[in-house]
Amino acid sequence: MEIANLPDLGPIASELTLAIGGMALLLLGAFRGDGALRLVGYGAVLLFGLAAVLVIGQPNETVLGFHGAIIMDPFAKFMKVLILIGSAVAVIMSLNYLEQEKLDRFEYPVLIVFATLGMLMMVSANDLLALYMGLELQSLALYVVASFNRDSLRSTESGLKYFVLGALASGMLLYGSSLVYGFSGTTNFPSIAEAATGHGMPLGILFGMVFILAGLAFKVSAVPFHMWTPDVYEGAPTPVTAFFAAAPKIAAIALFIRVMMGAFPEAVAQWQQVVVFISIASMVLGAFAAIGQRNIKRLMAYSSIGHMGFALVGLASGTAQGIQGVLIYLSIYLVMNAGVFCCILAMRRAEGMVENIDELAGLSKERPVLAFVFAMFMFSLAGIPPLAGFFAKFYVFVAAIDADLYALSVIGVLSSVVGAFYYLRIVKIMFFDEPAEPFEVPLAREVSIVLTLSSLFTIFFFVHPSTLISLATTAAASLSSGAVAVVGH
Amino acid sequence: MEDLLLEYLPIIIFMGISGIIGLVLLVIPYFAAPSKPDAAKLSAYECGFNAFDDARMKFDVRFYLVAILFIIFDLEVAFLFPWAVSLGDVGMLGFWSMMVFLGVLTIGFTYEWKKGALEWE
Amino acid sequence: MVVAAIAFYIFAGIAVAAAFMVIAARNPVHSVLYLILTFFSAAGLFVLMGAEFLAMILLIVYVGAVAVLFLFVVMMLDVNFASLREGFLQYLPIGALVGFVLFLEMVMVIGTWVIAPETAHLAQSPIPPLGDVTNAEAIGRVMYTQYIYFFQAAGMVLLVAMIGAIVLTLRHREGVQRQSITAQVGRRAEDALEIRKVEPGQGISEL
Repeated sequence: MEIANLPDLGPIASELTLAIGGMALLLLGAFRGDGALRLVGYGAVLLFGLAAVLVIGQPNETVLGFHGAIIMDPFAKFMKVLILIGSAVAVIMSLNYLEQEKLDRFEYPVLIVFATLGMLMMVSANDLLALYMGLELQSLALYVVASFNRDSLRSTESGLKYFVLGALASGMLLYGSSLVYGFSGTTNFPSIAEAATGHGMPLGILFGMVFILAGLAFKVSAVPFHMWTPDVYEGAPTPVTAFFAAAPKIAAIALFIRVMMGAFPEAVAQWQQVVVFISIASMVLGAFAAIGQRNIKRLMAYSSIGHMGFALVGLASGTAQGIQGVLIYLSIYLVMNAGVFCCILAMRRAEGMVENIDELAGLSKERPVLAFVFAMFMFSLAGIPPLAGFFAKFYVFVAAIDADLYALSVIGVLSSVVGAFYYLRIVKIMFFDEPAEPFEVPLAREVSIVLTLSSLFTIFFFVHPSTLISLATTAAASLSSGAVAVVGH
Repeated sequence: MEDLLLEYLPIIIFMGISGIIGLVLLVIPYFAAPSKPDAAKLSAYECGFNAFDDARMKFDVRFYLVAILFIIFDLEVAFLFPWAVSLGDVGMLGFWSMMVFLGVLTIGFTYEWKKGALEWE
Repeated sequence: MVVAAIAFYIFAGIAVAAAFMVIAARNPVHSVLYLILTFFSAAGLFVLMGAEFLAMILLIVYVGAVAVLFLFVVMMLDVNFASLREGFLQYLPIGALVGFVLFLEMVMVIGTWVIAPETAHLAQSPIPPLGDVTNAEAIGRVMYTQYIYFFQAAGMVLLVAMIGAIVLTLRHREGVQRQSITAQVGRRAEDALEIRKVEPGQGISEL
């Protein structure tokens, strides 16, 4: 037989790059020994760059591959580039930390590469099986990196909690998928969409959809499936936390949008209620629960729960404009998150990392530049204009108001005000409290580069927002479906 | 469907017979063997001392590593069965598909070997 | 079909009873053994549905490998399960309530079992009749070609599982003599032996 029936590998060029490159790095590390962390780490960053180039080179239209199992469209392109940036930054930020904490094993970047591969597969999923395979590949690698510091009780505890609850969520997702498959006879998203409309929506598909929603809500750590987040964020090594808060969240939200818009476009009325509820609950819990936190990583966990709530506001509106808002939100959140975690990595004394917020007291006297940048990220996370964080919230709330979700918007803005309290409290501690012991260890060069770039983006985003916005508009418009009225700008 | 189940008849007979023999061997001693228990016979015996500790003790984590590596290759073999019976139908793509799959796991195997995970110290 | 019905009720009954014993058994090792019985009954149910291949995979992978892993884990953890179970009665009411609600939901779902007739054509790969091809062959015909993407993804998942297991559990003890074939074979008499001429009554001054 001939090779002619080889499926078209073009749409998955970036995934192939990561898979082959990841295995090459694994072998490289295995033959070079543990001293190869930096080599493998920069190799991984190079791979992410190459994959991003391949993603950007994809045509600007919807391409299906592997008998409709995967889909490549501008939405997937946008999300994949964000994820690749997030993963590359996470690897860069972690190298110095891993060396200082004696965790310099070359498997770390390799696992991040495979996790990223899983995320790319999630974003491109057009089939329940593709969704599940991508999700499991990503989750399995993440469980391992969460307990990468295996001699620390907190790190292993965090990995174990993440694993047990993550397996539960995967179980719910599978249960929902099997219900959907049982009632529609297919795992392909467009076919499910057809089955879900033809005869009204069968109750079995509705149940399946709700279970899938619950599983996905767990992966984005939306309330009421958020319980694992603070413990995992606190226990995992700091660069791992930085990674968890960015790329996997983006992939999970992308998957959320893909499933809701791709498989259940006619059932907007049904899933909208659920998304509105988890969005409100996440925003409110994120705002109030963070107030009592003393540990900066726990605080960032609640902060990320809140931010996922804000991002879901855009999805709740169910329009292309809302999706555009989500895309802008995630892009800006990614950058702010990288910046904040660079600042957290700077909280290091000779004896090791410190994580208590009070340790930041009087930072402005000792390290004025760092304190200024940190404060600026806090203002941006709180959504204070003219910083980037303001625009992120602005676009999702405009979409929500255009979709007549007034209650959601009002609650969102109010919880954003409450959230500002704890962000600003950190600023107050840094600038107005009596100085604590200074952090004398300087930041590693690569971490300061990431910090500089992200702070420049956050401060000067308002000067030229149009590129990102137009990219997000194209991406959102590509999620073609009957229910999505394209409300472009 | 009846035919399919009839194919399993020998297995069921086999399992039935083995189950009966096993049960009979367990039951006969209840009636046939003499049994006169007393306190000394029933107490735990450890070289003349009372038992120090629980009889169960922690296994080394290395057993777990061996078991999980075994499961992974067990699954790999499970994928080989359908491939072997349908190789005539799936063509070159099907053949190379499995070769790539095996290649991926061989890379994993090389990694294991180099890390020394297959050695028992 | 009476035989099949009787076989179904036997397997289903054993499966449910054994599953209950998994959580009710006092000794965790017994729980694992009951779990094996559950897997075994489930395999029987698969056979009754005509899914022979799945049944055999269930036996090979779950009974043969996963259950052994469970036993290792139970042995390794050394958890006092009796004390873990102390809250059992305390949480029983709420657990029973949740179970009851889930059961009601299932009844509602099954009660409204409607498959829109026009969705029948959507079914991706219709299963060929059992008489024509065996299960394993039917799976093989699609898995390596039509579903190649998922198949290769499964390979990547297994690879990550391998890396993860080694990263988390592999430790090398200090001071353990390892076998090194090249060093052992490459060893020569000149490296290990030195022949000295010893004069009577003088001995050797330095080694």
